[in-house]
Amino acid sequence: MQVTVSINGESVSRDIEPRQLLVHFIRDTPGLTGTHWGCDTSNCGACVVLMDGQPIKSCTTLAVMCEGHEIRTVESLEVDGALDPVQQGFHEMHALQCGFCTPGMLMTSRALLDENPNPTEDEIRTAISGGICRCTGYKNIVAAVQWAAQHEAATRQEV
Amino acid sequence: MQTPASFEYERATSVEGAIEALQRRGSEARIIAGGHSLLPMMKLRLANPEHLIDINDLDELSFIREEGNEVRIGALTRHVELLKSDLLALRFPAFRDAEVVIADPVVRNRGTIGGSLCQADAAEDLSAVCSALKASVVIRGAGGERVVGLDEFHIGPYMTAVGEGELLTEVRLPLRAGGGSAHEKVERRAGDWAIAAASAALWIENGTIAEAGVALSAVGPTTVHVTRAEELLRGKVPSDELFAEAGGVASEDCTPFPDGRGPVDYKRHLAGVLTKRALRRAAARARHQEA
Repeated sequence: MQVTVSINGESVSRDIEPRQLLVHFIRDTPGLTGTHWGCDTSNCGACVVLMDGQPIKSCTTLAVMCEGHEIRTVESLEVDGALDPVQQGFHEMHALQCGFCTPGMLMTSRALLDENPNPTEDEIRTAISGGICRCTGYKNIVAAVQWAAQHEAATRQEV
Repeated sequence: MQTPASFEYERATSVEGAIEALQRRGSEARIIAGGHSLLPMMKLRLANPEHLIDINDLDELSFIREEGNEVRIGALTRHVELLKSDLLALRFPAFRDAEVVIADPVVRNRGTIGGSLCQADAAEDLSAVCSALKASVVIRGAGGERVVGLDEFHIGPYMTAVGEGELLTEVRLPLRAGGGSAHEKVERRAGDWAIAAASAALWIENGTIAEAGVALSAVGPTTVHVTRAEELLRGKVPSDELFAEAGGVASEDCTPFPDGRGPVDYKRHLAGVLTKRALRRAAARARHQEA
């Protein structure tokens, strides 16, 4: 069936089987392979994208269910060469090694800061608990989100 | 790659439309809401519906409100909304206890109460919470609505009283003075299914237990409603000894099976300890000694 999904503000249309999962629609159709396809069982969180601003697991969502909704992937974070503060935070605080979990962690962290600009460490740990990282032990990911929160707050003050 | 078998998809635009579609499509049609139980089952080919009817657009099924002497929750209400609801936290704190340990925040953005109850997995938390709180559910079909108590709702593993061509639309929780509730769970790691979990509700009037609810997750083929513990508690003065005795009954009356999460004796032990703890917290909350 013909399905049209808004991905990063662009309307993406394709004739697909209803059983196609959102993660494959994103990776195959516009070729946005930043969203990672991991455990396929909604456990690992590598496939997290935003649906109308809320993080969801795209391996456990049908693409057809997303018609009429705004999907945002990791590719949308960087704008004109400028990294999003969460991306910059991951870079500054060495919050990745292999990078497999990173797109999901970034999108989950972005959604957290959009809802709660000044989260406590506990709130950060809870927010990212739907993602599994086998490299960092999460410590540096928490530090990266804190870095992003602080720099976003400083930017807001300047404005 | 895990991919579900082929199916036809349609999106409902009204409750009546969803019921009409269920009837038109017949026995191989299923409702999909969050999909976080159904899609994994479909990927493993444990479920192979030929038709999926998507009810995610039915905003009229998403609500939490107090109406008369009940709190009513729409079937499409998502876990995140149950977790954040101050009304539920005030009236039935067992909900928030359970919600913080159901899956993870990202999954909770999609999963719904209706889906959780209809999945009828014995390890699922909200079924125990609703059972302890003496909830009933509203099931709607072409011929109208019927209200079914939680006791008659779970009829077997992954089986509920929702029949062909019917849709669960609402969960109703009776309000009664002097109530307190709690949910206690032990899992292997954050976000996992329970090894065992216990929900308890107490309604205390004039210092004695007027009514009690006790239900267990993950220690039987379905949610275990521990009626014998409830009988023991009714009419008694709350005490740690009484709660320990009720825990003992819960230990005896559950029927866990051994698996990767633990052996039978361990699960029975947990069921008892968690029942005791849940009762203790429920009593403290009923007396407003704990937030």
